[in-house]
Amino acid sequence: MAILVLAEHDNVSLKTDTAKVVSAATAIGGDVHVLVAGHDCAAAVTAAQSLAGVSKVLVADSAEYSAQLAENVSKLVVELAADYEHVLAAATSVGKDTLPRVAALLDVSQISEVIEVLSSDTFVRPIYAGNALATVQSLDAKKVMTVRSSAFDAAASTGSAEAVNLTLSIAARTDFVSQALTESARPELGNAGIIVSGGRGMGSGENFAILEQLADKLGAAVGASRAAVDAGFVPNDLQVGQTGKIVAPDLYIAVGISGAIQHLAGMKDSKVIVAINKDPEAPIFQVADYGLVADLFEAVPALNGLV
Amino acid sequence: MKVLVPVKRVVDANVKVRVKADNTNVDTTNLKMALNPFCEIAVEEAVRLKEAGIAAEVVVVSVGAKAVQEQLRTAMALGADRAIHIETDEDLVPLSIAKLLKAVQEKEQAQLILFGKQSIDGDNNQTGQMLAALTDMPQATFASEVKLDGDKATVTREIDGGLQTLSMPLPAIVTVDLRLNEPRYASLPNIMKAKRKPLETIAVADLGVSLKAHQTVLKVTPPVDRKAGILVSSVEELVEKLKNEAKVI
Ligand SMILES: Cc1cc2nc3c(=O)[nH]c(=O)nc-3n(C[C@H](O)[C@H](O)[C@H](O)COP(=O)(O)OP(=O)(O)OC[C@H]3O[C@@H](n4cnc5c(N)ncnc54)[C@H](O)[C@@H]3O)c2cc1C
Repeated sequence: MAILVLAEHDNVSLKTDTAKVVSAATAIGGDVHVLVAGHDCAAAVTAAQSLAGVSKVLVADSAEYSAQLAENVSKLVVELAADYEHVLAAATSVGKDTLPRVAALLDVSQISEVIEVLSSDTFVRPIYAGNALATVQSLDAKKVMTVRSSAFDAAASTGSAEAVNLTLSIAARTDFVSQALTESARPELGNAGIIVSGGRGMGSGENFAILEQLADKLGAAVGASRAAVDAGFVPNDLQVGQTGKIVAPDLYIAVGISGAIQHLAGMKDSKVIVAINKDPEAPIFQVADYGLVADLFEAVPALNGLV
Repeated sequence: MKVLVPVKRVVDANVKVRVKADNTNVDTTNLKMALNPFCEIAVEEAVRLKEAGIAAEVVVVSVGAKAVQEQLRTAMALGADRAIHIETDEDLVPLSIAKLLKAVQEKEQAQLILFGKQSIDGDNNQTGQMLAALTDMPQATFASEVKLDGDKATVTREIDGGLQTLSMPLPAIVTVDLRLNEPRYASLPNIMKAKRKPLETIAVADLGVSLKAHQTVLKVTPPVDRKAGILVSSVEELVEKLKNEAKVI
């Protein structure tokens, strides 16, 4: 039986998360189809067609899907579900919004944030902020699951899947009002090879300038702890952690971050972790490969001078 | 207008749980338990709606063993008017919880159902969306602002790229994120008062909902520990290590 992957896109570009979910689908094994539900989303469709391992791209292009609302996109997926044994989406804000609705309508459980595929019905997922890993076997006829993108490599762009247009247009009672997206020339947190993150120790939004300078020198993304976001230093979409973004870059530099369980949950699978903190007792040092006990207002400018 | 707030009892956010030696589950014996932080924010929002004269009644509901009554009392100390305890000793998946909540909603007919976006134990992030599907209600997840105007809700959501605002007719389901509000502390008089507020217990069997098994947890294991790192003594040494040892810059 086939696997359906719900694409993550903004009608123009396909998010790398989808390429990573396709890898998880390939690990399950079977015919992999991608559903692009959106409006004027031809460019995203073309990108989906090029994903290695995908045999078909289903296109639901309708004004009703322009904001990709959970209410009607879930119904669309359910209409298609008869042909599939697995339905996958990235554990992003769109996937987390939509997929539980799909699962409930299909009367099956959802397996959230899968980080490893053991077989077509058995998966590993973190619980308790990543302090434990549960190996879960699904007893449901259909497996509906969100995939943690940071745990999978992106599928290559060497494919050439056929595109099939769907005519199913389902309305929602929810109206899209507006959207304010953070504009940044830096890489996205989820795709960055290096992340420079600041915490409450940064003291203010203005002080983040020294971290941004470091990020630009390293070609890195900027992240933050919840405390830094709550204090209004930086926007919400920079939050790394149990309830923010889960990242696993090659290098994560935590500056003025204490290392609470909830923050560690979002970054402790990074390949190399650096911590800069003036408190030698800060728990962040327990996960850091390289720790520097120092005042960040001296250390970061010095670092900027050396890299 | 009635607001229904489903809440969960979880291990306190400040406690680091450990996996049992036999790898069957995490060990929660004698750990400090609390109202799930996101559920607390949902309760706070409901109480503020009542204080603003928008909500007439705030009802909290929890599914679980007898001990969840402690968290229901906490929610009432924060300002909820009454509580419903759906009693079961079984560990239910979010879909089963959503089915039980559907039966509660059929009776309560709330106009707004406020959920925490996820519980910090299972980290599932499903129950609100699932109840929305089962009751065919509109939903807004991960809310950082909720405005009600007549029979319409306008909700700002924290999404991956920033913020998004949606509007929808009531009844609707909203799941709340961290920055929606800062929950109050329950005062001692309110804690005392909460002890006398109505708490109704209903056995799962009496709701007439048929539940089934959806998954088996084969094992629960600790994550692989990171190997101990080193402290460097200067920025120069740090840069040298990152370049020549870790080779990441
Ligand atoms: C339900 C729930 C969910 C949560 N989700 C998240 C989440 O997703 N992500 C997250 O990050 N947190 C989350 N938290 C919050 C978490 O528990 C911590 O409160 C938070 O991570 C602390 O942020 P911080 O390390 O920046 O601040 P603090 O803990 O205050 O640490 C600041 C650090 O900066 C250091 N410092 C101060 N000044 C300097 C200086 N000049 N030079 C060097 N070091 C300095 C201090 O020594 C200290 O270690 C959550 C909490 C709850 C209850």
